[in-house]
Amino acid sequence: MKLLRNLLDKYRPHFLPGSKYERLYPLYEAADSFIYTPGEVTAGAPHVRDSIDLKRVMITVVIALIPCFFMAMWNTGYQANSAMQFTGGSVEGWRGVLLEALGYTADPNRFLDNLLLGAAWFVPIYLVTNIVGGLWEALFCLVRRHELNEGFLVTGSLFPLICPPTLPLWQVALGISFGVVIGKEIFGGTGKNFLNPALTGRAFLFFAYPAQISGNSVWTAVDGVSGATVLSQAAEGGMQAVMKANSWFDAFVGTIPGSMGETSALACLFGAAVLLFTGIGAWRIMLSGLLGAVALSSLFQLIGSTTNLMFELGPHWHLVIGGFAFGLVFMATDPVSGAMTPEGQWLYGFLIGTMCILIRVINPAFPEGMMLAILFGNVFAPLIDQLVLKFHIKRRLRHVQG
Amino acid sequence: MSQAKDVLLNPLFEKNPIGLQILGICSALAVTSKLETVIVMSLAVTFVIACSNFSVSLIRQQIPGSIRIIVQITIIATLVIIVDQFLKAYAFSVSKQLSVFVGLIITNCIVLGRAEAFAMKNPPGLSFLDGIGNGLGYSLVLLLVAFFRELLGAGKLLGVTILPTVSDGGWYQPNGLMLLPPSAFFIIGLLIWALRTWKTDQVEMEN
Repeated sequence: MKLLRNLLDKYRPHFLPGSKYERLYPLYEAADSFIYTPGEVTAGAPHVRDSIDLKRVMITVVIALIPCFFMAMWNTGYQANSAMQFTGGSVEGWRGVLLEALGYTADPNRFLDNLLLGAAWFVPIYLVTNIVGGLWEALFCLVRRHELNEGFLVTGSLFPLICPPTLPLWQVALGISFGVVIGKEIFGGTGKNFLNPALTGRAFLFFAYPAQISGNSVWTAVDGVSGATVLSQAAEGGMQAVMKANSWFDAFVGTIPGSMGETSALACLFGAAVLLFTGIGAWRIMLSGLLGAVALSSLFQLIGSTTNLMFELGPHWHLVIGGFAFGLVFMATDPVSGAMTPEGQWLYGFLIGTMCILIRVINPAFPEGMMLAILFGNVFAPLIDQLVLKFHIKRRLRHVQG
Repeated sequence: MSQAKDVLLNPLFEKNPIGLQILGICSALAVTSKLETVIVMSLAVTFVIACSNFSVSLIRQQIPGSIRIIVQITIIATLVIIVDQFLKAYAFSVSKQLSVFVGLIITNCIVLGRAEAFAMKNPPGLSFLDGIGNGLGYSLVLLLVAFFRELLGAGKLLGVTILPTVSDGGWYQPNGLMLLPPSAFFIIGLLIWALRTWKTDQVEMEN
């Protein structure tokens, strides 16, 4: 470790202002602060001195995502292996060659087989996301001369998790480019984006190439196999169709087809526990989002409808299918694009929860509503905060004048 | 003479009605999914701005200040109706595609903006050139937006296949977002970004 520090210190002068590689300083700084704690800390009053910094916040989110990463790989493999048992297909191309070398047997009951096959689909998407997104990030840092920071670590982890396993890699690259450039960098980089960059990228793909990502049907990582998602089963056949095809427990644990990281509500609960315990994620947003979704879906269930079968889907189902749990835990709580004031967070979470159910149930065009609901919430977050502040000022003024 | 040249050419890049003044955005979103409609729309708007500028300028000394907007709008509306009827007679299919947006040229802020800001203070000849110039500035942006939207969204330009799409047996996967109006927002935004990188004096002061 000492060696590394010495090495970094040795090359530091070459990147300082006035020296040869001055323009590349952001890259040097990124490597330094990625490996070591940043040296610049607040020295005294009036600043709060705390060990938490941007790096630690972002790393905590990535740690909270580990169960989702694991489920993404295992479940992608499990779904594909199960489907292949049914169709009699096999893994093709470079994946087949690689997996064979690793002793893969295409058995959905073997833990390692599922994990290996899932990794063969997940890892390329993860790599493309981080290489392409990282390049954009570095480019903007060099041109705008701001520091490369750890915000992208989270975006680069979230984005692959909300992709379906069979998304073509060029679309992955296009999506993350849009997310990083239009969703974040043109507003000034981490901390200045008003939309969640990972979701912005996904929304771009959603509207640009709906065939791959619409949420109506879902592609298992086997040639030619596609099935309806739980949400579109519900839209077409109501509760009966959902119960016939899935058990609630499967949906909760996450052994259903879907976008890679978001099928498992259980993994998201682990993540939520980490975020809440460390105080990184806002509990008010999670709780009020949950309340909003439960309240509205219960209301719809009570009202009932003869023409729209989605009304039958109860709140306990809404919470475990689609991207609801993942979105609420990891994306709605994004401290940059979400509401900041405590009262605002209640309103913001509630808005997202109800919007999600509203889109799922009432809007026939989109089976899944969480992505659009969060983006909608992001747009309203500054307004909500503004209103809360105005309200506070008004209330206090009354005391002063009264 | 140089004044005439400035009036004609400045609106292209220096004072582009869409790029700098952010006017006329609604039609820029609505009609730009195809080059064909954009060409007709650009001609129509250029004609309306030029003629309304000319007519308003002709009677600018006679227009009472308190009702000048009403007079200007009457002139603009008359011209738009002429354009609309002309298109219905000679280019019916395009006129159907443009639907209400021909009629909505009346509310295009660029037309009223030029009449009020320029034609009311300048002689007819110069006003006419100003109208042509602003029409060209508007057309330039619309053509660029439509170029990208039609090419990326449908793989075609003016209806001629450039990038053979997957559904026709080619290799290009059309980008569905480009066929939706919001994509024009992104393209106009990127164009403005490029324009302001080139001409840095257009960048607004931070407040």
